[in-house]
Amino acid sequence: MTAAAGGRVTAFVDNDIRPVGRGRMLRKEDPRFIRGRGRFVDDLQLPGMLHLAILRAPIAHGRILSVDITAAEAHPKVKLVVTGVMLAERSLAWMPTLSGDVQAVLATDKVRFQGQEVAFVVAEDRYAARDALELIAVEYEQLPAVVDVRTALDRSAPVIRDDVEGKTDNHCFDWETGDKAATDAAFARADVAVSQEMVYPRVHPAPLETCGAVADYDAVDGTLTVWSTTQAPHAHRTLFAIVAGLPEHKIRVISPDIGGGFGNKVPIYPGYICAIVGSLLTGKPVKWTEDRSENLTSTAFARDYIMHGEIAATRDGKILAIRTNVLADHGAFNGVAAPTKYPAGFFGVFTGSYDIEAAHCAMTAVYTNKAPGGVAYSCSFRITEAVYLVERLVDCLAYELKMDPVELRLRNLIRPEQFPYTTKTGWVYDSGNYEPTLRAALRIADYEALRREQQDRRARGELMGIGVSFFTEAVGAGPRKDMDIMGLAMADGSELRIHPTGTAVLRVSCQTQGQGHETTFAQIVAEEIGIPPADIRVVHGDTDQTPFGLGTYGSRSTPVSGAAAALVARKVREKARLIASAMLEVSVADLVWEKGSFYVAGDPAASVTIRDIAMRAYGDLPDGIEGGLEAQVCYNPENLTNPNGAYICVVDVDPGTAVVTVRRFIAVDDCGVRINPMIVEGQVHGGLTDGVGMALMEMIAFDEDGNCLGGSLMDYLIPTALEVPDWETGFTETPSPHHPIGAKGVGESATVGSPPAVVNAVVDALRPYALRHVDMPLTPSRLWEAMSGNPRPPI
Amino acid sequence: MQVPVPFDYERATSVEHAIGLLARLGPSARLVAGGHSLLPMMKLRLANFEYLIDINDLHNKLGYVKVEPTQIRIGAMTRHRELLESPELLRSFPIFHDAERVIADPLVRNRGTIGGSLCQADPSEDLCAVCTTLDASCVIRGLDGERVVRMADFYRGPYETAVGDAEMLTEVRFPLRPHGSSAYEKVGRRVGDWAVVSCGAAVWMDDGVITDARVGLAAVGPNTTGIPAISQALRGRPPSQDLYAEAGAIAADYCTPVTDQRGSAEYKRHLAAELTRRAMRRAVARVHGREL
Repeated sequence: MTAAAGGRVTAFVDNDIRPVGRGRMLRKEDPRFIRGRGRFVDDLQLPGMLHLAILRAPIAHGRILSVDITAAEAHPKVKLVVTGVMLAERSLAWMPTLSGDVQAVLATDKVRFQGQEVAFVVAEDRYAARDALELIAVEYEQLPAVVDVRTALDRSAPVIRDDVEGKTDNHCFDWETGDKAATDAAFARADVAVSQEMVYPRVHPAPLETCGAVADYDAVDGTLTVWSTTQAPHAHRTLFAIVAGLPEHKIRVISPDIGGGFGNKVPIYPGYICAIVGSLLTGKPVKWTEDRSENLTSTAFARDYIMHGEIAATRDGKILAIRTNVLADHGAFNGVAAPTKYPAGFFGVFTGSYDIEAAHCAMTAVYTNKAPGGVAYSCSFRITEAVYLVERLVDCLAYELKMDPVELRLRNLIRPEQFPYTTKTGWVYDSGNYEPTLRAALRIADYEALRREQQDRRARGELMGIGVSFFTEAVGAGPRKDMDIMGLAMADGSELRIHPTGTAVLRVSCQTQGQGHETTFAQIVAEEIGIPPADIRVVHGDTDQTPFGLGTYGSRSTPVSGAAAALVARKVREKARLIASAMLEVSVADLVWEKGSFYVAGDPAASVTIRDIAMRAYGDLPDGIEGGLEAQVCYNPENLTNPNGAYICVVDVDPGTAVVTVRRFIAVDDCGVRINPMIVEGQVHGGLTDGVGMALMEMIAFDEDGNCLGGSLMDYLIPTALEVPDWETGFTETPSPHHPIGAKGVGESATVGSPPAVVNAVVDALRPYALRHVDMPLTPSRLWEAMSGNPRPPI
Repeated sequence: MQVPVPFDYERATSVEHAIGLLARLGPSARLVAGGHSLLPMMKLRLANFEYLIDINDLHNKLGYVKVEPTQIRIGAMTRHRELLESPELLRSFPIFHDAERVIADPLVRNRGTIGGSLCQADPSEDLCAVCTTLDASCVIRGLDGERVVRMADFYRGPYETAVGDAEMLTEVRFPLRPHGSSAYEKVGRRVGDWAVVSCGAAVWMDDGVITDARVGLAAVGPNTTGIPAISQALRGRPPSQDLYAEAGAIAADYCTPVTDQRGSAEYKRHLAAELTRRAMRRAVARVHGREL
């Protein structure tokens, strides 16, 4: 029997017998999506439900002089109009962000970015709500906008955050990591030092489903149910309790099917709070669904780093040190969603996959009149920026040393015997075997042949480029001692219950946005406990139905919740062992576990299956054995996991038009033990597409007044299938030593690793133009300017 | 969800019915054909009309490509996909096939029409450039009958055409001349995006010499009415790489691009030259029965 998937036909492997790591087990969630039976927030219809629309600031910076809502209130279908002043009367005008700052729910004093929430309307239908927005008259005194991050700290720059007492500038925070003295010393004795400024432009996750919520407050029993597009339902419940002052046990957050998150759905947005307030004040369920423009202009962006990088090496290509200064644009409010102790996310891994002597980073973050957010977009907390920095720097160094970029990388990769490897910025990489991974990619690409082809084409005046990147991720946040968000440690609970007939329900705290958790986690449990994956239902996304945990982002589901799933299955298995010992009348020490059965050591015929045990667990048991077959765990990861990979991109650049075509892309990923190889490949395909998009076309741009120029998908371009080649994927498997089944995260690997490969390839193609660097996005116009001797940063 | 202002909607059952409705309702009414430009603009509330008159039921009447001895007539409701798949157009005007392959995406091409494209009159509209290149004429019908206007007079500026409030574009006519061919070149930031620059070229030859040549550009300024200077420069001369470059230089000089998200004015000017050169070269090759 064969199963076709992903356009390929491969041998069918019976995942009932060998659940993990083999075959192409189809996703359990797909039938409902393919048949249009997914249930998203906006599909929800409740009796008497009202609709909410938000009035947003048309300008980037301005003082609110007056807000007149009388005409809107007079609209026959309008039930409620709320302004910032009205929220302030209830102490709800401001809310905490996930990073210790505050953000306006509705503006009271000033608007600080175009698209900021100013007022909301609740009406009988969404058309009336939208119409009524046009009846609200807001008078602004326009203020000069801080748009250019490079001048945000000038003394003459207008102060954006005058809501913060004593604030006299636009400084957000400073952050530093590494050893400055050791790094400077390494640079001082280096043969070669290369410095390069590079911009990672502001991009947007742009999930297919925009953000939204339905809030339903029951005034009689005081319960609040919020269906929302959240990647972290438990964290949101706690924060709702804090923000709205409601008792947490009476709040239920349900995150139903989610149409893509990519980090965009980690923060709490003013719209969620508005929907809750709307329901509290009207006593009716209130739905808010933002439109595409609202999503692109007001919700969490990503990147927006200007990085000045330097790399020092010996003449024969031994990298000694890396240092960088970063200017970070955080928008109008610091809404970064990252572990509290990591204001720059995990940017500290900018030493990459290389064994170097010293490293240092100094970062300054500033406020500008742009949408708040940050980190979001499949970046593993800023590792995207870090990997881009180091992988571009290594290519710049190769350029200066006139050395093949592969050869340079091979000379510096961390060697397998060095793991666990502590980087010069203090990160401990759990495991890796980098060189075979890179060599696997070279083999698939036939790198030598590509270089020969490139020579031939150059001789004919054609521009072909080959770009390589090697990335190390750090995912699965994270150890309780280091990582929390507002005091909530990033550990995940999991609960497994086996029913009397031998089927099971696994409850996990993370929330799928398309990653296939319902399939993957069933496979993990199946592997551990011998129940077929089809007989295991995975419940997630409902705080009343699942144990506490911090949600899905930063590729943390498999490293954390996946580990919890394996451990809770093992815990249940130990309980089953007790019951089996009673059933077989032997001591537990004499029992041997083998794929779904316990048998007596030396007498394999004396065995009971997990199904037999399950029935007995709810029947007559000896004294001293508690009935039932279920368990709960909370897993605190001892470290992050470090997936890694080698990517090779082949591009052609049209010399006349500067149009880039990605001809081939080879991705060899090592994410430890692969649970569902098809899902892993799918994750890689999606991430690579993201990466090509960021390298070639994506950017949220602003004009000099702070107007967002990326407010629609005609303006903010995301790639389609036609922009990307047929991906060539491969894998190596270096298990994580601390993860119970050796797995690592993979969701963001390709997004992290691919942009530098594309840019490296394009720069390589432009070798005849003597260019060492060109900033993303490599649109035809920007590339042509670079080829014409006039390269410009995008901001 | 983006929602438009309230509007009334009626489906026209005939051209006369549509024109009658337009006459009765005045400028607050708008015809909707494919709707791929109009509806997004309405949802964004950039365009607000009180009445929409849906003319999609007129496709059976106005959806055609008819070849006559001296011209090809295309009905205004002919959809992009029908233009793309028309063997007659591929034979006589391969520029259509080139252009339609790169207009938007299959979803848009399944609904969008040539009439809608021309009446939308977006300066980046590919079919405007195609029709300009081919020296098309537009048949406009009103209450009092028909009139025929050349593309140069049809296109009045960005989003403005010669079609009056109570009038409707019903047909586009393309003169057939012997020994000619055509081609279209486009650079976009991404498949489905509007052109950064696009360029159509048509040439007619006799005895190794260009007897006439026309070039139409899109997205490089409000004027897509063709470039007479190119026609003048090329007539009577044998094709050569130098000549294409000369045509390109004229195109670059003639156009008036502005810097925007799609590219800098300098780049667009460069593209106008580059694409003119490429389109001319390809059109000439096709006259000789070759594909580049």
